[in-house]
Amino acid sequence: MAAEEGKVDPMKQFQIEPLFGSSWDIAGFNIAFTNSALWMAITVVLLWVFVYGGMKRELVPGRWQMAVESATGFIDDMLEANIGKEGRKYVPYVFSLFMFILFANLLGLMPVGIIPGVHAFTFTSHFTVTGVLAVMSFSIVLIVGFWKHGIKFFTLFVPHGTPLPMIPAIFLIELFSFMIRPFSLALRLFVAMMAGHVLLKVLSSFVIDGFNYGAMTSLIVAVPSFALMIAISALEILVAGIQAYVFALLTSLYINDAEHLH
Amino acid sequence: MPQIAQLAETFSSQIFWLLVFFGITFFLIGRGMVPKVMGTVALRDKQIADDLAAAQGARDAADEQEEAWRERENANRAAAQALIAESKAKAAKASEKKLSAAQKRLDTKLAKAETEIEAARTAAMAEVEGVAAEATQDIVARLAGATVDKRTARSAVKKALAHG
Repeated sequence: MAAEEGKVDPMKQFQIEPLFGSSWDIAGFNIAFTNSALWMAITVVLLWVFVYGGMKRELVPGRWQMAVESATGFIDDMLEANIGKEGRKYVPYVFSLFMFILFANLLGLMPVGIIPGVHAFTFTSHFTVTGVLAVMSFSIVLIVGFWKHGIKFFTLFVPHGTPLPMIPAIFLIELFSFMIRPFSLALRLFVAMMAGHVLLKVLSSFVIDGFNYGAMTSLIVAVPSFALMIAISALEILVAGIQAYVFALLTSLYINDAEHLH
Repeated sequence: MPQIAQLAETFSSQIFWLLVFFGITFFLIGRGMVPKVMGTVALRDKQIADDLAAAQGARDAADEQEEAWRERENANRAAAQALIAESKAKAAKASEKKLSAAQKRLDTKLAKAETEIEAARTAAMAEVEGVAAEATQDIVARLAGATVDKRTARSAVKKALAHG
């Protein structure tokens, strides 16, 4: 934090900085290992540790195994409720998606900033990342849809009972709303994560500046802002879970469209 | 907003590393570990279902055995009852036989006694007749002074006895 300048830049936390490999290129595109990539790596390692702890395969599960089994069971139930029996084959993908986003969101909220020189980075607050995740989900929908139904997949855009003269207009509207899905999916997560983090940083600048300006501002600005920060941190933990859930839920709903049309 | 300001220089690195790490997540954790975790859950559910079925089976078997035991018990009881009835009937028959034998013996004894009594009575009667005839002879001799021979006296006595 730029506290020493008496100013907090709420956008600095989204800055991507290459850690090493600045000169790595693939086909002319730079693939430097950045702080964003580092946090992705941490997410994967922690997720692996979490799931590995649940692989003891005991008949009577311990707490950890129970937690992991609850997570897989949660995704399994969600897919079964939204897609049905065919939904089970998407459990690995939706589980990976949900847990990856959830761990990333929660890690970004960890107060590691109290260690000097360490900055938490929430890679889900970058639309390049959420965009890729959304495009992956959307691609699965397209591939499954055209694989299973071929050209009949386009009937998805004509709801049952549409009057004949309305079909061209409805088709266009439905097609448009279908094509907008990856954008809404990506933007929803990106905006929610970014907004929360900006809000926390803005409030933290109120706290720091309030204390710096003296006793009066400390009392009427810094202390209430700090209380609000605590409350909003709690809210952000909730949002982290909800956004991961929404992403996974919408993905499963879209896959349901591809599996069953209507 | 660094997301836009740094887009041109960082998008390839972001996409590349996301694909790498999400790929690891998907293939290692999603495809590799999650099915095993779910397999454990399925195994446990199956075990519970099997145990419940086994318990149900054991209960059914117990019910069946109890039913069989009851049937056997009933049969035994009936057999015992029949045995009791049979021996009762046998005992009754035996005692009846014994009774009838005793009755017969009594009857013959009674008949014998009766004939003896009859004989004695006849003998006594004859004696009484004899005595009466003698007495009659005597009385007649005394009163009428006539001698009546034994035969006449006897027939007279008989006549009087027969008339009461």
